[in-house]
Amino acid sequence: MDRYAKQRLFGLLARGSAALVVAVMVLVVSVTIFRGGRVLLTDPAIAVTPPGSRYMLEGDGGFLHAVLGSLFIVVPATIASATLAVSTAIYLQSDYSSERFSDVVNMFLNVLWGTPPIVYGVFILTVIIAVGAQTSLFFGIIAIGIFQYPIMTRYTDEALRSAPDTVREATYGLGGTRFETALMTLRAAMPGIIAGIIMGFARGIGDAATVLFTAGRSTRMPAGLFEPSTTLPVLIFDQAMSFNAEVRSHAYAASFVLIVAVLGLIIVSKLLAGRYARFAPGGRNS
Amino acid sequence: MTDTALTTENLAVTYTGNREVEALKGVSLEFPANQLTAIIGPSGCGKSTLLKSLNRLHEIQPNVEITGDVLLRDRSVYNTDEPVPELRKRIGYVPQKPTPLPLSIYENVAYGLKIHGRCDSKDELDERVETYLRKVNLWDEVKDRLDAPGAELSTGQIQRLCLARSLAVEPEVLLCDEVTSALDPISAETVEETLADLKEEYTIIMVTHSMDQAKRLADEVVFLYLGDLIETNDTRSFFENPQHERTQQFVTGHTAVEYTESSEESGADSETVPAER
Repeated sequence: MDRYAKQRLFGLLARGSAALVVAVMVLVVSVTIFRGGRVLLTDPAIAVTPPGSRYMLEGDGGFLHAVLGSLFIVVPATIASATLAVSTAIYLQSDYSSERFSDVVNMFLNVLWGTPPIVYGVFILTVIIAVGAQTSLFFGIIAIGIFQYPIMTRYTDEALRSAPDTVREATYGLGGTRFETALMTLRAAMPGIIAGIIMGFARGIGDAATVLFTAGRSTRMPAGLFEPSTTLPVLIFDQAMSFNAEVRSHAYAASFVLIVAVLGLIIVSKLLAGRYARFAPGGRNS
Repeated sequence: MTDTALTTENLAVTYTGNREVEALKGVSLEFPANQLTAIIGPSGCGKSTLLKSLNRLHEIQPNVEITGDVLLRDRSVYNTDEPVPELRKRIGYVPQKPTPLPLSIYENVAYGLKIHGRCDSKDELDERVETYLRKVNLWDEVKDRLDAPGAELSTGQIQRLCLARSLAVEPEVLLCDEVTSALDPISAETVEETLADLKEEYTIIMVTHSMDQAKRLADEVVFLYLGDLIETNDTRSFFENPQHERTQQFVTGHTAVEYTESSEESGADSETVPAER
């Protein structure tokens, strides 16, 4: 085979694999949006009504309780986890830690990142049993927080590492302290950090395995921090397994809400990151 | 007799990474106050290392060892209880690569004033920001867009912004690391003019690749070669009557290993360019 044939073959493979991935993505998103959208259009009320007593059997009522359950878990978990992740990532930079230490920590974080979320779920479940508690929002927050932490830390660490070292040098050169310099580097790395936090949020809100054993299930509105609560992914799973066609169709509607929320988050993060990227050295114009 | 702003005493710097490199081998120097001293020499001869060790900026990278001392107005820079940021406030640094802080034009200049608590009111801050932007001849170009990101300026403007930012801290000494090397000739000229104006008020120590620049700007020249101080003299004597053989070779452009072109052959305005670029 001559060089140009090889080049054409490779080009074909590259384009083919890209097309395959895009096609699958478009299919998943559009099926969810169309089928879920149709259900929501026929009966928009299910998005905002609390579940009725027989909603799992006959489709009585909506899934507001799961939307709220998810938000009550993921918002606090993201805030706590992002705070810890950003602090850890700053600590892993060369001003605070040796290269070897941060390499070791990063290796552990990669392992944690790769751990199947069900493992976190089961781990927190054993804690729940050990302390004699029941599944609840509280333990859901902890499980999701632990699940998000390595994702956000790795993103933030990478963002800080790829921020130009000249910013750090310039801040020190102006008489900045180590802390002031860390804050300045954080600003320079902001687009990457926002991306990481949003990614953690999106993964957290979409994950079923972590909350299955920790937040539990409930057919009522979330009642308190130490009460069980259903989340969107768990609800989708339960409804999709139902014998009743109407209940199954509600699973599409819930998926629609979830997928639109995640898409919306990604768009918001792009806009936010873009605002900070204008200020980044070597940004738009240079 | 001019008075001395900075003195180095047998200053030696060794990088102790994978390969041990003696970057500076015991250099003793005096930098006169309110003059511009140019540090010249071929690539990798310790120019930037010398510059950064004057305000301990090399300490922000790992694996650096230092012996000897630096005196700022007769007080040791290394053997002191004073926090290092206080020292860097007095000895400012302008990096080689024009780097805006990830802030607006205004905030870039105001940053140093803010962290050192130099301004009590917003009005005073506004006034100072304007003063320093005028000092580097940038005010007229940016006064209508002070809230725009510093990163959106041209590289030449950014470098003047960096100067203004360093000046705002009101240092006694200003260290400039090849501040024109990343700039186009026209921007470089503007920055040079700014430096020429500034040397009346500040002690400036400048690393440069360009002998022509040293000739144009400097009052004193320091010549380093492979970590050793070879010669230091006032600019005129240095170029017209170099004492050391190595200086003669360098000044006439005959250190063939590092330099391919001599500055005389290629015309008065050209810079000597290191061969490896």
